[in-house]
Amino acid sequence: MYKIIRRYSKLTALGVLAVLSLVTVTALSLHGTEKAMAQQAAGGVQSLRGETDIPDDNIAPVLPRQDTQAGSFERAYRQQPPLIPHKIDGYQIDRAANQCMLCHDWPYNVDQGAPKISETHYVNRDGVALDEVSPRRWFCTQCHVPQSNARELVKNDFKSAVDLE
Amino acid sequence: MSDKNGKSGPGVRGRVVQLWKFISRPSTAALGTLLAVGFVAGIVFWGGFNWSMEMTNSQTFCITCHEMEQNVFREYRETIHFSNRTGVRATCPDCHVPKTWIHKVARKIRATGELFHHFAGTIETRDKFEAKRVQLATNVWREMKETDSRECRNCHNFDFMDYTLQESRASRRHQQGIEEGRTCIDCHKGIAHTLPDAAFEAWNTMEAALRTEAGG
Ligand code: HEC
Ligand code: HEC
Ligand code: HEC
Ligand code: HEC
Repeated sequence: MYKIIRRYSKLTALGVLAVLSLVTVTALSLHGTEKAMAQQAAGGVQSLRGETDIPDDNIAPVLPRQDTQAGSFERAYRQQPPLIPHKIDGYQIDRAANQCMLCHDWPYNVDQGAPKISETHYVNRDGVALDEVSPRRWFCTQCHVPQSNARELVKNDFKSAVDLE
Repeated sequence: MSDKNGKSGPGVRGRVVQLWKFISRPSTAALGTLLAVGFVAGIVFWGGFNWSMEMTNSQTFCITCHEMEQNVFREYRETIHFSNRTGVRATCPDCHVPKTWIHKVARKIRATGELFHHFAGTIETRDKFEAKRVQLATNVWREMKETDSRECRNCHNFDFMDYTLQESRASRRHQQGIEEGRTCIDCHKGIAHTLPDAAFEAWNTMEAALRTEAGG
């Protein structure tokens, strides 16, 4: 018996290897079809929903919440556009209307007790002073943004100008 | 007196008198018929009236017209009154149709004008709608000013607000608003729909007009 095995050892080894690889390949391909079938069910589209089927509901992910605070956030450097310390969800800012103006444009700001928009915002690019916020300053959220309690995307050790002094 | 008339011939007068007798001293059968007919008719008319009032008081009804569906409805779907934390939805009639009976009927009668404009095609395209939008919005604002934002107050109430839970600016402005006798629409415009071009100017003009009207 021992002798036979020894004589055909190379053959046995090859045989064992062949069987093993066959099993692996089958298992892998089976797994593959399962995945493909799951994708097929989702219309073949891999979306942000992940592998959740279309009729099934996903669990809503926990989203970062907006930081609001009475008063205002501190500035980190002199030229920094002030940060927005309140919710601005759903405020319309488009060609037709800008909801921020209802509280921050003069004279509405007097009534609402909100900070007035800086005079620099009423000057167009030719240096002409206007009675309305200049078109180049119209889209407030290009510079002024609210804050949220989200984790920083990249680890950093930013220090404000005040802290550096 | 009536006998005399009856003898003198079956004239018009006689018939009237007979009818009067029937009504004033009816037999049991006549009374029964009268009551039954009246009852059934009452149910049919009242039921039908209420049914049509109910039917036309749903959001599904409002958006059967493309003017409502393709403009205001689509914008409203993005707002807090469509979907929010607490899962309470404010639908079109909640904000636009009064709850009290008399005001509701009045609004429905005025709404027949919408039917006219629908068939006249006043706002049938997006461009036409945009062009007339300031005017429509002003109509709604004016109405809300006049009713002290009654429809908002069906759900919200200054008295029921917990000012410690509100954002600081909301809490401060609300308490000042009560002092100054302000109403919701004064500060909350464009909460359910997109504001049109020159909306603030239109608002100011409307407010000035209301002031002069009140002034004398
Ligand atoms: C028959 C189609 C139709 C239906 C149904 C309809 N609307 Fe309108 N609606 C219109 C048209 C057209 C106008 C524009 C009227 C005008 O040009 O003055 C309008 C205007 C309005 C306005 C502006 C009112 C004003 O005073 O100027 C409001 C608010 C409104 N609709 C709300 C509703 C609500 C709420 C419903 C459901 C209860 C509804 N509509 C159902 C066609 C419709
Ligand atoms: C059917 C009841 C209902 C009616 C009518 C209604 N609301 Fe609301 N309103 C709600 C609900 C529910 C919320 C969301 C509460 C939450 O989950 O935070 C809300 C939220 C609001 C908010 C908060 C917006 C935000 O971004 O946090 C304002 C402002 C508001 N309503 C104003 C109004 C005004 C003005 C009117 C009248 C034109 C009105 N509401 C009519 C039920 C109603
Ligand atoms: C004097 C102005 C003023 C008046 C009048 C006013 N509000 Fe407000 N309200 C504000 C301001 C400012 C905010 C905060 C900014 C925002 O959400 O637009 C606010 C916020 C709110 C909020 C959200 C609160 C929060 O903390 O999320 C609700 C709900 C609301 N108002 C409902 C009403 C209702 C209903 C009325 C009428 C009974 C009303 N408001 C009248 C100024 C006013
Ligand atoms: C939370 C209350 C609220 C709800 C819900 C609401 N509206 Fe309005 N609607 C208003 C207010 C307030 C205005 C006045 C204009 C403004 O401030 O945006 C208005 C204005 C309008 C106008 C005049 C045109 C315009 O855009 O100003 C139409 C038409 C209208 N609404 C129809 C509807 C229909 C249809 C629905 C349901 C899909 C609906 N509204 C739901 C509050 C509401």
